[in-house]
Amino acid sequence: MSKSNFTRRGLLKTSAVTGAGLALPTIFTAQSAHAFTNEPTGGTVTLGFNVPQTGPYADEGADELRAYQLAVEHLNGGGDGGMMNTFSSKALQGNGILGKKVEFVTGDTQTKSDAARASAKSMIEKDGAIMITGGSSSGVAVAVQALCQEAGVIFMAGLTHSNDTTGKDRKANGFRHFFNSYMSGAALAPVLANAYGKDRKAYHLTADYNWGYTTEEAVKASTEAMGWETVATVKTPLTQTDFSSYIAPVLQSGADTLVLNHYGGNMVNSLTNAVQFGLRDKQVNGKDFQIIVPLYSRLMAKGAGANVKGIFGSANWHWSLTDEGSKAFVKSFGTKYGFPPSQAAHTTYVQTLLYADACERAGSFAPCAVAEALEDFEFDGLGNGKTLYRGADHQCFKDVLVVKGKENPTSEFDLLEIVEVTPVEQVTYAPDHPQMGGAEATLGSCNNGA
Amino acid sequence: MLGLEKKDFQLLLVVAGLTLLAPFILNPFPESSGMAQFNAGYPDLMQRFVIFGIFAIGFNILFGLTGYLSFGHAAFLGIGSYGAIWMMKLISLNVIPAIFMAIIVAGIFALAVGFITLRRSGIYFSILTLAFAQMSYALAYSVLTPITGGETGLQIKSSDSPLFSNLEEGEIGRANLFGMDMRASFELNIGDWLFTFNAGYYIAAIAMLASFYLAIRIFRSPFGMMLRAIKSNQTRMSYTGLNPRPHTLAAFVISGMYAGLAGGLMVAMDTQVGPERMFWTASGEVVLMTILGGVGTLIGPVLGAGAIKYMENILSKINKDVLHEWFAFLPDGLEDLLVTIIYPFIGKGWHLTLGILFMLVVIYLPGGLVEGGQRIARALRGKKANDEDGPKASTEPAE
Amino acid sequence: MEAIILQILNGLDKGSAYALIALGLTLIFGTLGVVNFAHGALFMIGAFCAVTLSRILTLSHTIIDETKTDFLGNPAKVEVPYVHDIFGVATGDAIIDWAVPLSILFAVPVMMAVGYIMERGLIKHFYTRPHADQILVTFGLAIVLQEVIKYFYGANPIPTPAPQAFTGSFDFGAALGFDPNLIIYPYWRIIYFVFAAVIIGAVFAFLQYTTFGMVVRAGMADRETVGLLGINIDRRFTIMFGLAAAVAGLAGVMYTPINSPNYHMGMDFLVLSFVVVVVGGMGSLPGAVLAGFMLGILESFASMREVLAILPGLNQIIIYLVAILILLTRPRGLMGRKGVMED
Repeated sequence: MSKSNFTRRGLLKTSAVTGAGLALPTIFTAQSAHAFTNEPTGGTVTLGFNVPQTGPYADEGADELRAYQLAVEHLNGGGDGGMMNTFSSKALQGNGILGKKVEFVTGDTQTKSDAARASAKSMIEKDGAIMITGGSSSGVAVAVQALCQEAGVIFMAGLTHSNDTTGKDRKANGFRHFFNSYMSGAALAPVLANAYGKDRKAYHLTADYNWGYTTEEAVKASTEAMGWETVATVKTPLTQTDFSSYIAPVLQSGADTLVLNHYGGNMVNSLTNAVQFGLRDKQVNGKDFQIIVPLYSRLMAKGAGANVKGIFGSANWHWSLTDEGSKAFVKSFGTKYGFPPSQAAHTTYVQTLLYADACERAGSFAPCAVAEALEDFEFDGLGNGKTLYRGADHQCFKDVLVVKGKENPTSEFDLLEIVEVTPVEQVTYAPDHPQMGGAEATLGSCNNGA
Repeated sequence: MLGLEKKDFQLLLVVAGLTLLAPFILNPFPESSGMAQFNAGYPDLMQRFVIFGIFAIGFNILFGLTGYLSFGHAAFLGIGSYGAIWMMKLISLNVIPAIFMAIIVAGIFALAVGFITLRRSGIYFSILTLAFAQMSYALAYSVLTPITGGETGLQIKSSDSPLFSNLEEGEIGRANLFGMDMRASFELNIGDWLFTFNAGYYIAAIAMLASFYLAIRIFRSPFGMMLRAIKSNQTRMSYTGLNPRPHTLAAFVISGMYAGLAGGLMVAMDTQVGPERMFWTASGEVVLMTILGGVGTLIGPVLGAGAIKYMENILSKINKDVLHEWFAFLPDGLEDLLVTIIYPFIGKGWHLTLGILFMLVVIYLPGGLVEGGQRIARALRGKKANDEDGPKASTEPAE
Repeated sequence: MEAIILQILNGLDKGSAYALIALGLTLIFGTLGVVNFAHGALFMIGAFCAVTLSRILTLSHTIIDETKTDFLGNPAKVEVPYVHDIFGVATGDAIIDWAVPLSILFAVPVMMAVGYIMERGLIKHFYTRPHADQILVTFGLAIVLQEVIKYFYGANPIPTPAPQAFTGSFDFGAALGFDPNLIIYPYWRIIYFVFAAVIIGAVFAFLQYTTFGMVVRAGMADRETVGLLGINIDRRFTIMFGLAAAVAGLAGVMYTPINSPNYHMGMDFLVLSFVVVVVGGMGSLPGAVLAGFMLGILESFASMREVLAILPGLNQIIIYLVAILILLTRPRGLMGRKGVMED
């Protein structure tokens, strides 16, 4: 049996030799022994990758995990280095983080906040993880972010799109690279006005939970600002699988555009149903009827098959981007796994590099030092062009992609085409924007734990 | 002793011993060995063991004694949790009032639901309870978002300042017991072993021991006899002039309050509530825990809860790299083969193992894990046919 | 008016899915007295029969096309389905296009076999066991089946479209004299409804008019007496289990174009189908069908925005609310028999 990578504290590894046989009880409280939660003392540092491995988002979680493994390989100097070569900050040496070899533990969020917190807690309490990252829904992201704030570790959010994560539920120890509902709305509206005109009547179907609310609000606000009219907004239960009774009345309402504020399985089903009803072949108010999906996920869009063709939506990143960073990432991911990465994979990979880089620049693993290094950090070369990690709300600001379902896909991965790269200025908002929790929203103070 | 028969008292002592020494028992493997992956002696999981133990003990009072199968018990746990967190957000960060609030809220809700659902029996009752729980879940997730926080649930925020607390501006309140933080731990380091003694765990453990003691008393009381009579023959019971309804309702409310206690403790240990705590799969889980451990036995539900939570938290964390490390001493081909065989059952495949465990237990151990224990005990005692141990009616396999 | 007609159509369509699944479930309840939590999994396996068949039909060999490149810039691999080689491109594409209807032929024997093996291998041993044991074992089985499917097909939904000929929708409004586009309904959903009606009718006719069906009905009423008459009722019950599995499987096959199938679709339907069966009344086949259509229609009405404007969230709870009201006013559901699963 070789030496395990999964020990709890580096300290133990070294004390094991002297302590064995002697059984000297050393009683101490956790608080007094370390400067901050899970301070790595041995030659390794442990990161916690908390992704959905069971449940409807398991495939998305699996892709995130692949990206994490790739990131760890690159951080430890393996592989071709991927985005480390294109990253504008050159602090990372390929020798782990601060000279410590990067190791990781994995867990299953089940896309449930209780399970996600249990898994994150076990990483913190049992495995000594110094940073938690991952997830594929905003409910989980908010719950785990709050936990990391309490426990005094850094949380690098995975796929979470709700405004709340860096809006009303923002936390000093939590950071989000992924874009959000507001940005989707702001990026989509001009493109839609361009493509479909400024005189449209929109009908919203909205998933009846927090993410749905913020997305509906954002898309509604930005399209109405362009001159569109919102005919109706209808909430659909999360557990709904057949959307026929919501889609059938759309034509009767006089609307000529349907906005599906749905994600994942909901999106696949509602879009499939809408296309089945032949909505896209209809003419209303003398215009072709159109469908819009504000947030696209390529992995899930695959489930809707040919139904996505020609349908507008937004995305954080897509593998067909041609900047150097994206190309390097697609190359090393594609070489290792045989298919291009999803946007979830991209965001988790980037988050890992950003965290490692911040530790290097801060010269410490202490959460407050890392947070300070990340705040207002400007970088480039990780896809999406120049990016700012804003200090006021820990949200990344970067270009947002407006994408469209491809008419003639050349492969099973080639589902979306980039219509426009919306420049970052257009999607930037004030930290106290009303959609982001207004003036009341506060990060609180960073927590080192211990 | 304590009003218990000798045998029950021994059982209580054993359970007390196991619970209090859990930090040792659950951490049998040295930290630097590969087997450390199987250690379960960290605060969060130990807390979950006893909390879900309480939940299952309570469920068993209803299902094991009266035979009424509630398929919506998670609603009481969820509503208790919401009660507790609001208590903490508004009144006091002390866990005691929060837990009491959880028990009371769950009890009242159970009274209302029980009053309606107990008009029916059998599967009609099960579906009625399921309907109430699913409605609670759906509403908490959507239209009740202002009260429940919807999908993201409720946490204690820096903007919360409870009535009886002296938090500094911007400080996030922490659950405590008269100033003792629930997350405070002592760590004992002996050689290569590390044992964690967590304040929250011991509070939950004491609550579980009290619940367990109360359950024994109920099982052995005339009231418990009455409940068993309802299970065996309700009609005959009413012919003898006894009205079963009040007794069943009492059992339902008690078991709802147990669920509330579990919910309150969950909030006390980890200040967060989400609506999926009330989803039907959560209700189904406690049913499975009870059956897996052994319906109608005292200790069974606790074992079942432990088994399921152990798999959920330990098995799901084993990934391919861990497997490769375990088998690194083998020749490459053999190592890969073993990893390929085992991989589907761990990590993301932990559900599969759980499903197989359910089937194996119910096929080979009709009385659940308790029967497994009894069989082993019998084998150790030299195959003395001894069917007296345990109050449960032993069932025989169908074949 | 148009809105109401439309929601009735929707309700009939939804209801036919509920009724089909509930019918199979109640057949097993009624004949075997087994609480089968794996019934949703049977529905799911049926759907994956369609997925599997379309995978078989699109089995391909790859050729390297030097003129195109893949995402890494290497020469692209192009997949050529074998059916193209065998039948030519046009016929081959037509066969692939018709994969879902063809799957019906494929699914019936597969589902019968799955049902037979399940009953003989597992369920048989649980007839005399308490319902709690039945729940645990069938729930375990459902998880195992689900995980096996997930292992081979992944967790994401898999698109399985209907044949080209059935895409688009029929304009009822124009046919009934309303304005066009007001009442439209997809062809495939109409087919689903007709298909469900035929299957339900066939099951009833089978039980009503054949000797086999008569014996089964007698067995449902009084198993012991039928056994004493020297009839091997067990064998017939096994066949009934296979039949119930086939009904669930067919419901699944036909459902695939409506919603892309995924491995957990069975669990999504499981709770709902239990509610339908119980609201219909235990042991009653017509009750299950009636309850299926009734809940389908009510659910559709509750999702109208005019209704939601008055009672927000009604669409979330309507099925459960109706279930509670019915079970409180009618102790054994709509048409339940006394003494079935009441203890």
